[in-house]
Parts: sequence; C-alpha cells; structure tokens
Amino acid sequence: MKKKKIISFVVLILVIVILAFLLQKLLMPKYMTQIVEGALIAEYYDEKNKDHDVIFIGDCEVYENFSPITLWEEYGITSYIRGSAQQLIWHSYYLLEDTLKYEKPDIVVFSVLSMMYDTPQREAYNRMSIDGIPLSMTKINLAKASMLPEEDLITYIFPLLRYHSRWNELTKEDFEYWFKKDQIAHNGYLMRVDVKPAGYFPKPKKLSDYRFGDVCYEYLDKMVKLCKDNDIELVLLKAPSLYPHWYEEWDAQIIDYAEKNDLLYINMLNHLDEIGLDFNTDTYDAGLHLNLSGAEKSSVFLGDILKTEYNLVDKRQDENLKALWDEKADAYYKMKEEQYKELEEYGYLLKFNMKRSEGNN
Amino acid sequence: MLFTSYGFIFFLCVVIGLYYIIPKQFQWKLLLVSSFVFYYFSGWSNLIYISVTIVSTYFVGLKLDSLDRQQNLYLKENKEVLSREDKKAYKEKIKARRWRWLLLCLFFNLGILAVIKYTNFVIANINSIFTLFKLNELSFVNLLLPMGISFYTFQTMGYIIDVYRGKYGAEKNIGKLALFVSFFPQLIQGPISRYDDLSLSLYKEHNFDPKGFSFGFQRVLWGYFKKLVIADRIVIAVLEITKNPETYDGIFVLVGMVFYAIQLYADFTGGIDITIGIAQMLGIKVKENFNRPYFSKSIVEYWRRWHITMGTWFKDYIFYPLSVCKPMLNISKSSRKRFGEQIGKRVPVYLSTITVWFTTGIWHGSSWNFIVWGLLNGFVILVSQEFEPLYAKFHQKFNVRNTFGFRLFQVIRTFLLMSSLRILDCYRDVGISFRMFGSMFTKLNINELFTGSLLKLGLDISDYVVLLIGVIILISLSLVQRSGSVREKISGKPVIIRYTVFVLLFFSIIIFGAYGIGFDSNQFIYNQF
Repeated sequence: MKKKKIISFVVLILVIVILAFLLQKLLMPKYMTQIVEGALIAEYYDEKNKDHDVIFIGDCEVYENFSPITLWEEYGITSYIRGSAQQLIWHSYYLLEDTLKYEKPDIVVFSVLSMMYDTPQREAYNRMSIDGIPLSMTKINLAKASMLPEEDLITYIFPLLRYHSRWNELTKEDFEYWFKKDQIAHNGYLMRVDVKPAGYFPKPKKLSDYRFGDVCYEYLDKMVKLCKDNDIELVLLKAPSLYPHWYEEWDAQIIDYAEKNDLLYINMLNHLDEIGLDFNTDTYDAGLHLNLSGAEKSSVFLGDILKTEYNLVDKRQDENLKALWDEKADAYYKMKEEQYKELEEYGYLLKFNMKRSEGNN
Repeated sequence: MLFTSYGFIFFLCVVIGLYYIIPKQFQWKLLLVSSFVFYYFSGWSNLIYISVTIVSTYFVGLKLDSLDRQQNLYLKENKEVLSREDKKAYKEKIKARRWRWLLLCLFFNLGILAVIKYTNFVIANINSIFTLFKLNELSFVNLLLPMGISFYTFQTMGYIIDVYRGKYGAEKNIGKLALFVSFFPQLIQGPISRYDDLSLSLYKEHNFDPKGFSFGFQRVLWGYFKKLVIADRIVIAVLEITKNPETYDGIFVLVGMVFYAIQLYADFTGGIDITIGIAQMLGIKVKENFNRPYFSKSIVEYWRRWHITMGTWFKDYIFYPLSVCKPMLNISKSSRKRFGEQIGKRVPVYLSTITVWFTTGIWHGSSWNFIVWGLLNGFVILVSQEFEPLYAKFHQKFNVRNTFGFRLFQVIRTFLLMSSLRILDCYRDVGISFRMFGSMFTKLNINELFTGSLLKLGLDISDYVVLLIGVIILISLSLVQRSGSVREKISGKPVIIRYTVFVLLFFSIIIFGAYGIGFDSNQFIYNQF
C-alpha cells in the first residue's frame, strides 16, 4: 500500500514536471518572425562544431554587420557571432564566459558601442539575451546583473513564470515551432538583403558627461581578464554603423583603454572608404545597420586585419571543416536567394514584414 | 513579504522543511524565529512595535496572575480571621488593582495603534476646521503603519482581557506569547485568534501527518487560485471604474459594486485559505473566518459568516461588556423611566450597536468612508430588527419562508445590500460614494454594457472567460461545501481523479494567475488594516 502511494506520488511529480516543461516550451516566444533577434542566442547551442578562431561579442553592431561565411570564404577563418538585440556589456561578459565553457577561440572581438549604457534598459532585451542560455550559474549571474527592479530572478530559471500570461496570445507560430525551430542566423549573422539608403540623422545631442559608466569599465576589465586567463586576444571594435552617433570623446576613451591594456582597437568608422561601404546601397535601415552587401564588405576588411595581426591559419584545406562550412554556405546562399525572391515578389522581406520595435540596435 | 511573492514561497518551503527535520521540541521556537524573520521583511522598525506590544502584554498578564494568586493566598491564609466584609473589601481592592493594570495595558497598546493609525486622520479633521476659520494648518506626521498592527493589537487585547476575566492563566513563557501574537501565517490579515484556541496546537510537538499536510497544501493552492486568478484579475476593472467616477457612473457603478464584491471575497477568503492551509501543513489549527457569507439571507447572518473572528471579537470584548457595564445599566434604567419600557430597553442595545459598528468602521481604516460604512451597517441591522414584527406578519400571511424562490430572493437582497454599503470602501470618499450610488438609479442605462465598454475596463474577452469560469467554480464549491468538506469528498475519489484535480488547480494558478510583469501585484486588501 505504502509502495503504491509512493509510486503514484512519483508519477504525479513526473506529470507536473513534464506538463510544466511542455507548457513552458509552448508559451515562450519563438522569435521566428518579426523580432527574430530573440532566437540568436539559443542557436549557438545547437551548433555542431563549437570550435572557432574568432568569437564576436556584442549587440546588433556585430550580428548585422559581419558575415562569418565571408570570413570563411575569403580567409578560411572560422567564427561565430554571439550577439543579441541591445546586448549590454554585462550580457556580453557573461555570454563570453558561457561560450568559453564550450570552446577556446584565438580571438574575441567585442563591439564597444554597448559601453554607452551603464544601466539595464528594457526587460524585452534582457529576455532576448538571457532566455536562450542553458541554465547555469553564468546564466543566473547574468540575470542578476541585468534585471530591472520589476523583474524576478526565478523567472529566468523557470521562464514559464514570466510567459504564463501569453496563453491568450498564442498563435499558429507558437504551435508550429513548439519543438523545433528554423535556422534564423548564419553563425550568429542575421541576414538582410533589402536596401534603404542612409538619410538624414538628427544632430548628435550634447551629453552632460561623456565618460563611460564605472560599471561598464568594471565589466570591460573583467572581459580583459577573462581573455587573458584563457590566452585569448581581445579586440575592441566599433562597427561601421552611422547611428547611434559615436562621439569623439567615447572614441578617445576606448583608444586610451586599448593602449593601457595593450589591446587592438579598430574603429571602422575611420575606414569607410577603405571598406568600400556605400550607404546608399549597403544598409537596409538608412545607416543603422548594414545589409548583406555591407556586411560582406566589412567582413572582408576586418578579416584581413585579424589574419594579418594574429597570423590566423587558413583552414579551408581542412576537409572536415570544409564540408561543414560548405553546408553552412549552402544555407547562406539559399536564404540570400529566397530573400531576393521575396523582395522581388512582395517588395519586402516576409520575416521582417512588421515594423520592428524602435530602438533595436 | 507578501504571500504572493516568490520570496515568501521560498521562505515557506524552508520553514516547513526545517519544521519537520528539527527535534520536535524546537518546532515552536522555529516558528517564533520564522515569524520574526517574516515580519522583519515588512520593515525592521515594525519589529519594535510588535515587540513592545508583546512585552507589555506579557508583563501585565503576569501581574494580573500574580494579583490573583496573591488574593487567593491571602484569603486562604486568613480564612479564619477575616469577616465576610473584610474578604469582600480585599477582593474589591485586588479587583481594582487588576482593573487598573488591565486598563494600562489596553490603553498602552491601543494607544500605539491609535497614534500610528489615526494621528493623520485627526490632523486632517482639525485642518478642515482650521480652514473654516482661516487658521494655519497643522502638518501631517510621517508614521508608517506596521503591517497587521490592527490584527495583532486586537489579538493581544483579547488575550489580556481573558486573563483578567480568569478565563485562563497568563502565559509564563514570553517566547510562547510572542509566537501567539506573531505567528506568521496569520500575522498580517488574521484571523484574530483566541489564545485558548490557538495555543492548543501552536506549541504542541507535531509529527508529519501526510493527510493533514496534503489537505493544508490543497487549501493553500485554493487560496492562491482565488487570489491570483480571480481577485488580482478583476481588480483591474474595479480600479478602472472606481478611480474614474466621472467616466463610469450609472450601470458601471453596479458593475463595479458586483466586481468588488467578487474581488473582496476572493482576496480575503483566498488569503485566509492560505493562512489556514499553511497552519494545517504545520499541524496547527487556526479558526475558520468565513462560512459561505454570500449565501446569507440577512445582514445579521452575513456578519455571523463574514470575518467571523472579528465579529466575535467585537461581540465578546465590546458589545457584551458595554451592554452590561454600570453606566449603560444606569442609562437603561433612566431611559425606561423616561421613555417607557419599549423604548427604554432598546437604548443600551442601540448605543452598544452603534459603538461596535463605529469601532468596526474605524478599525478598517482611518477615514470617514469607513466610519460611515460601519455606522450604516449598524443602522441597517437596527432597522431590520425593528422590522422583525412586520416580517413576522408577512410570513404569517404568505407562507413563503421556506420556498427556494424566497430564499434566493433573500440571498440576492443581502448580497446587493452589502455590496451597496461597500461602495464606500470602493470610492474611499463619502461624497463620491453617495453620488455614485445615486447615479445607479438616475443614470442607469443597461445598453451601455453591450457596446463593448466592458472591454475598455482593462480586461479582454479571455479575462472575462477566466473570471466567469473562476466564479462558477467558487459558487459550485460553496454549494458542495454545504454537505461537508470538499477536500474530504475529493480524498474519497480514485487516485487518478484526485491527482487530476490537483494538477488542474496547480496549472490554473501558474497559467491563469494575474502575477508578474504586466500585472500590478496587489497586496491583500486586509493587509492594509
């Protein structure tokens, strides 16, 4: 009798756990259309070969402006972009910490734009940066560092407690992608082939204080240490996006920091002509982010620097890697073709057909 | 620490886990420490207030006991030498001393409550008078009301009065008394327990009882269902209506009134279910505070079934003592002489009733709306008592008293009457409340409900579906309860049914609960008192 009771109790617990798991999977946003950036972080963990020469860390200035496929095809460099929408520096730090559990790259390229934010901005960005990471102490520490006052840590451990109220917003997409997801990015690169020429930008506002926040420096220091401890070269990068405005005062601080810490700092805004960027054709949103054409150009430029500065070995002769990257390139060109086809047919890209939330960067 | 916070659930798991792991003689000590830790989270300064109340009550209790013992000893030792008059005089002397100690304790603790809770109310009223005479207004004081102070103050007052009356001896262990006053599940919203009820199981050593634990857990879940799925969802519409009286009058006042009745019931009974459920999981028996009050057929019956422990507290410690106190008996005597038997005998009842309801009103909140609400309750009760002979004649003529239709009419009438009085609670302003109540009759346009306006109150169609199902479940369970405990009934079913009910309840709270970002987490309404 007692044994029977114990068995039925165990079954009850199992049923609850399974149901909770299924409901959580169903209710969590899928990010398969519109705000697809939310799917980027989780995609990394499905990657078969987590062994890259270069890891990019940062916000949209990396995941929209650089193409790992181009780096492979031009230089035989293997790379992955670990970026998400408005990824703040503490997101980047813990994401790097988590990545290093899986692999030890030669180079980490960090996008310095996020130095401009020293406080958490919006819950939605936290969720996009954190939800995709498997549960670990790194994830918990990241959530603690990122949370806004209205957020609860436990919702990062059990996202069902955050997304429970989506039950009345569920769409066909939620059921379609309940258990499997489409590939959104190409080694973290979010492809866009559409074009919207750069136009007028508002005059940059004068800031009362140009100094980056202490907390940003604190995390940058931690990132430098983490890379040193793991024998990784850290590169600071300002991607060639025209907006948000990159102030000279900010640039000077990064130059100063790079010098003090013996780091390479590349401000690609200073090399627009060398890169060959044409902001009439190489951006899909008027200069905030590059489109595929622009991303490929900036990748060629950056790849050359990385290869020269750090003597990266061209791995295109490696048969196994070649097979793997050929497969990735196939998917890349297929998506490129599909996007052009959609542009021709509809005049816009289907996945991004809704107005994307303002301020995404 | 709110019952609905993740922190509280974590705290509860730790306390319950430890409770059954540690040696049993330490169980009550663990509860004491846990209660103080729990209360600490509402602000460390609150610990000072509650500690002062505990310590003062403890020492006065001991003093009352020692005076009692002193009297018994003196009378025993001098049995032979004292005359009857001497004994009586000595008893009177001790009684007077005990009375003074009791008054000291009551005034001290009530004084703390009064100063903290009512100072600004008094200042606001003085300022209203000053404004009339164009005098400078007094500044308000910044005093934060400690959570649950009204509950624990009344609980300690009940204790000390009972000790004074000799109902039981004073608690010798200050830790045990502190636990009685601060027992965390009931600290912030009651029930207002009696020492002789609660102490029976509070200090006992408890073995883990799977059935009691399971029943307690089910009750906790049911409480969370009521609070999170119903109360915290419907409150959105209630606030939209009551915060915008200029926009929502007429039929919306009726909607707000009914919605508030549902919210208050789900909120308060939900909180009490959580309290009683937690206590049951710990093997402790806490008094019931509700007995399906919305099925009451009269307002008097309603108050016997709603917030029972508060009602009985007022009856035992205010109404009865007041009705039989010397000055009241004198008033009664002179009234009979002056106005005749019929009116004279009513005077003490009227005065005691008015006092009780004034106190009930002001206990709920330091503002005129609560006072008027309390007095109106008393007024309705007195009027209905006066109409008793008329009702009797009606029932003599029409034999409908036991028909379903008439009983249903009585239930609906009582529900609407109580809900109407609660408008004062909704709008928190006497003038607006009466104006809104009036608009129900002058601007009643039922068609407004069918123009989609209900969907502009902050709730969408799916919310209304959840609420409707929730309320149907509430009513159904209340009906089932009439023939005995629902949990007992479920426990007699096959395991698959039991577990299905449990799983459904659990996931209903998780999925349909109005908590987290996007919902304003509401503290329990009665936490504010």
